Amino acid sequence: MALVAQAVFKESVRDRVPYSMVAFAVLIIAASYLISQLTAGQDMKILKDLGLAAIAAFGLLIAVFIGINLVSKEVERRSVFAVLAKPLSRPQFILGKYFGLVLTLVVNLSVMTLAFYAVLLYVDFTTDPLLKTAWPAPALDPRLVVAVILIVAELMLVTAIALFFSTFASPLLSALLTLGVWVAGHFNADLRNFETVLDVRPVALLARAVYYALPNLAPFNVRAEVVHGVAVPVSHTALTLAYAAVYISILLFGAIAVFRRRDFK
Amino acid sequence: MAAIETEDLSKDFLVGFWRPRPYRALDRLTLSVAEGEVFGFLGPNGAGKSTTLKLLMQLLYPTSGTAHILGRPAGDASVKQRIGFLPENPYFYDHLTAEELLSYFARLFGLRGADVARRVSSVLDDVGIASERRLRLRQYSKGMIQRVGLAQALLNEPDVVFLDEPMSGLDPLGRRHVRQIMLRLRDRGCTVFFSSHILSDAEALCSRVAILAQGRLVASGHLSEILAFELRGWELVVANLSDALRAAIAPRVRGITALARGRFTIELPPEESPDRFLHELGSRGAQVVSLNPLRETLEDYFVQSVGAVESRQTGL
Repeated sequence: MALVAQAVFKESVRDRVPYSMVAFAVLIIAASYLISQLTAGQDMKILKDLGLAAIAAFGLLIAVFIGINLVSKEVERRSVFAVLAKPLSRPQFILGKYFGLVLTLVVNLSVMTLAFYAVLLYVDFTTDPLLKTAWPAPALDPRLVVAVILIVAELMLVTAIALFFSTFASPLLSALLTLGVWVAGHFNADLRNFETVLDVRPVALLARAVYYALPNLAPFNVRAEVVHGVAVPVSHTALTLAYAAVYISILLFGAIAVFRRRDFK
Repeated sequence: MAAIETEDLSKDFLVGFWRPRPYRALDRLTLSVAEGEVFGFLGPNGAGKSTTLKLLMQLLYPTSGTAHILGRPAGDASVKQRIGFLPENPYFYDHLTAEELLSYFARLFGLRGADVARRVSSVLDDVGIASERRLRLRQYSKGMIQRVGLAQALLNEPDVVFLDEPMSGLDPLGRRHVRQIMLRLRDRGCTVFFSSHILSDAEALCSRVAILAQGRLVASGHLSEILAFELRGWELVVANLSDALRAAIAPRVRGITALARGRFTIELPPEESPDRFLHELGSRGAQVVSLNPLRETLEDYFVQSVGAVESRQTGL
């Protein structure tokens, strides 16, 4: 399994995924410069918001667009034939693929976070101490790491969704389904109380069922709290991580179950 | 113990989108291959050869029947450790070099450290691409990819090797090289099971063959059993054959075909004595270039077997 994971990581490096980190660094540095020219007092808040959003967005791109190809590309190009003829079980193959992409994500997001902190340090160093008093939280706020950890957890969940779809659907369909679930997962709180929108009991029950079946991604987004210096309770972080672990496990079990039964024509 | 054994192995695929119906790609294949044999699995395109190999590799699951390799069910982890497999028209991770790909596969076989490098070097030398080991596979030609495919099938020094169309994409030198590798494998006791529709390869390499047509086994056995090796006639190539002489011999021969540079091929029936014929041609000014006996070939047998199945199917 570890060998498959290493291979996925190597492939992502060879396919120039790290270029996204360079793009991120350029974007965030350019943005910080512009923001510092345009605003006073609000610059740190905007910078943090932009930085965290960019980390989440670049990570999402990596998770979805590599994730959807993890299995389907191997099957389509038939590289899976030689691999599965080796002493490697299908569950090991799936788990290796998953953890390989998670490793890619973690390395990418770690580097992006370091770049982000470097920009914050620079802004902190070059800002007038008087202006800093208007900041809701210090520049190098360690709570930013909590936000990044939850972004990583969300992306691990998105990767598991992409991988699950990738075991039976084409890359295009997998991408559409994964992005659909991601959007629904961020806005599915409305489904929970659907009766307030449409007071038809069967529809409300269906909406409630969909709410529980879809991943609830809203708790992973604590960017607003962190940017405004509001504390994120440890219990929230722990529960959200536990929720991610359970949901990821279910998706991986599903992916393995589908992949185990598949015929490779 | 048989190296490979299948019993009533069948595979149906569902075809059609709105009303899927089963299509039988392989029909009750019962086969046994002894250890150390080079076994040719022959058949026209679409006969079910690749389906059988995929069933043996458990890339497909059978609809019914069983498959065993080295006495264990196909797909068993202990079996995979002892077999090699070259898929048809293989594709590998093209961002890797041949050396990296083979190192990765060697580690999947449990090799570590210096053993990986030693084994990878050895198979790269065997298949003749040692000097290109550090090129990425996306820069490789089709024939070189085929050689990489063969190399990865030999990494674990397998007891049984399955090769799906191993000569595909290879030039004449490459084919000769692969034939030599297969014979070397046989000499060290490895069982070689290979599918092909190139009959000359099978004839040169195999101790036994099986012929598949439309998913069914139509013949199997030792080449000496399958082919009677009976004399079917004689083939002469002659030069300076005058029109008068040609007209004179025409009623006694099966056919006369003009070749380039004024030469002709004459096919004699087996009952005609070639000595007397040669003497007659020589005395009337013709020059004999070559004389060869015509015997039944695997191709003749293949055409008969497959043709019979296909004509039964079409009712012609």
